[in-house]
Amino acid sequence: MAMTEQRVSYTLDSTLETVDSAEDKATRFAIKLGFGEDEVMQISMAVREGAVNAVLHGNAYAPDKKITLEFVHTTHDLVITIRDQGKGMDLSKIPNPLAPENLLKTSGRGIFLMRSFMDVVEIRPSQTGTELKLIKHVHGSSAGGKEASQ
Amino acid sequence: MTMKANTRQVDGVAIVDCSGRITLGEGSVILRDTVRDLLSKGNKKILLNLADVNYIDSSGIGELVSAFTTTKNQGGELKLLKLTKKVNDLLQITKLYTVFDVKDDETTAVKSFK
Repeated sequence: MAMTEQRVSYTLDSTLETVDSAEDKATRFAIKLGFGEDEVMQISMAVREGAVNAVLHGNAYAPDKKITLEFVHTTHDLVITIRDQGKGMDLSKIPNPLAPENLLKTSGRGIFLMRSFMDVVEIRPSQTGTELKLIKHVHGSSAGGKEASQ
Repeated sequence: MTMKANTRQVDGVAIVDCSGRITLGEGSVILRDTVRDLLSKGNKKILLNLADVNYIDSSGIGELVSAFTTTKNQGGELKLLKLTKKVNDLLQITKLYTVFDVKDDETTAVKSFK
């Protein structure tokens, strides 16, 4: 069983600034864990896309609703959880952005990019909000060997 | 880094030198406004130089698609020039590389417009 080495969480407003802030926090966390440049970009972009979904589609910029962002570094994984307080989402209605009829759509690529960049993406919608879990495996000595601190 | 877009004319082609990040918010808005402004002034040949764009998120990708379709719907052409590796990779995994006409050389790109 993986042992939790570090857990950091934030409660953030439903604003555009939160999206940039979440991305920045993810970048710094991933760098501290020793991920390579490409993986850092993938992690930060996945978090940005998750934060966009939470702020825009989940909480719809509502000032009374918050986003929680949590980073957990275990022995084998970086686990990032983003929760919103929206009305949830219907996963069956998420279109495939690679389908020919969707290629020229101007939205609908966020979850696809998250799935492309992370090892595991779990989405748990409910009527009180959506929980998004993004997992990036820590490979060998390239990550996890450095102690991270906030 | 905030997105910037400077436009210059070369042989009837409007070249938009973009730099920074094309992301949700200001970056996407600047790109949208720039392309709409060019179209409203009759520019139908638009070349987006993305050499100095180091980051695009899904909203930015959507804005590129919107610029492409808006230009096409008005009888024009919009092409991309000098993609960074990150942007190139994004267009590859989203299959948009098959949609956009992407050029590496400005002179060749300008000549390629009808």
